[in-house]
Amino acid sequence: MTALLFTLLLFAGSLAAGLLGALTGLGGGVVLVPLLTLVFHVDIRYAIGASLVSVIATSSGAAAAYVREGYSSVRIGMLLEIATTIGAVFGAFLATRIHTQVLAIIFGLVLIYSAYLSWQQARHPVPDLRKGSPWSSKLKLSGQYPGPDGKPQKYEVENIPGGATMMFGAGTLSGLLGIGSGAVKVLAMDRVMKVPFKVSTTTSNFMIGVTAAASAGIYLHRGFIDPGLAFPVMLGVLCGSLVGARYLVKANVSLLRNIFTWVILALGVEMIANGAMNKL
Amino acid sequence: MRKAPVDGTQVKRFGDPQMEVMMGRLLQVGVLLASAVVLIGGVLYLHAQHGSAPNYRSFSSEPAKLRQLRDMGHGLASGDPATIIQLGVLLLIATPVARVAFALVAFAIERDKLYVAVSLTVLAVLLLSFFRSQ
Repeated sequence: MTALLFTLLLFAGSLAAGLLGALTGLGGGVVLVPLLTLVFHVDIRYAIGASLVSVIATSSGAAAAYVREGYSSVRIGMLLEIATTIGAVFGAFLATRIHTQVLAIIFGLVLIYSAYLSWQQARHPVPDLRKGSPWSSKLKLSGQYPGPDGKPQKYEVENIPGGATMMFGAGTLSGLLGIGSGAVKVLAMDRVMKVPFKVSTTTSNFMIGVTAAASAGIYLHRGFIDPGLAFPVMLGVLCGSLVGARYLVKANVSLLRNIFTWVILALGVEMIANGAMNKL
Repeated sequence: MRKAPVDGTQVKRFGDPQMEVMMGRLLQVGVLLASAVVLIGGVLYLHAQHGSAPNYRSFSSEPAKLRQLRDMGHGLASGDPATIIQLGVLLLIATPVARVAFALVAFAIERDKLYVAVSLTVLAVLLLSFFRSQ
């Protein structure tokens, strides 16, 4: 295969991953690494390096659109970024030491768990308004967001240590596997800290970029980031996610999400099988 | 000692919403700039690369000019396409870091000591992870 054809195919694949990732809200990273390793036969270390770069691009590229909606909380994000960035450094440190077979198996397990989360999210519980912990206001984490009737709706948060612990885990996964781990970040805010869902998802988007930046320097120095891969993957995923975000309202999201859930599940099983048989 | 206001007009307080809008713009500009550099480097890279695609099946790290800051300077000076792509990647990595630095300044303007400390911690982790690994 010529370099030009390889680059074009890689760009097309990354575009599709970015598009699907934006449309389903699951991010492009989770399908990108399986795509690179299983289809393009790229070593998993190069794959997670290229994926992490695309994660930073998507998070930053979507930022302006998210800001306009007025949901995100810079304080909740910044406070929890202490946990995610330290986790990301730890994860990147692990990634340079763990055997690639083990990396592939962990990746497969994360994919299967993502599929489970995605399936579960279709049954999203109605948020209940409740009083948060006294630390919510002391740490200035209480805030407000535009409610459905246009009036600002106040919220408080609870269980900050629990949320921070889970955020450390999200950061570790991000640094270990080169993914955004947005689903875990949303879970930590939405389920554990009882941050409203919309605030959780938009704040998570900003956190993804900062978290990924913490491990990207380590990846770069370790030689995980190859320019020949980073070029088509970064631009492909970025274009795909920007187009996907634009058509989000028009698309049949529930059908797409169902298909995507099965795809992720299948990829997860294949990653584990390939990892176990040392075929990657 | 109390500072006198600069002028008599009502100064709009610099609050979180303005800060978020500016940070959103900052990220957008950063990612655009990084993408442009990566695209230029990528086109030059493809132009210089004749024949078959490199083998990515086995991992063999990257040469120093694509991994280390001080060696990247030499690569850029000689116009090496792969190094130009890595420069774009570096710009991309710097984008969220710049956002944290901007938030730090904004919190300082708001005199929010707690969040100045929080932003400083995040910034320290980011910078340490980058420069300690170099």
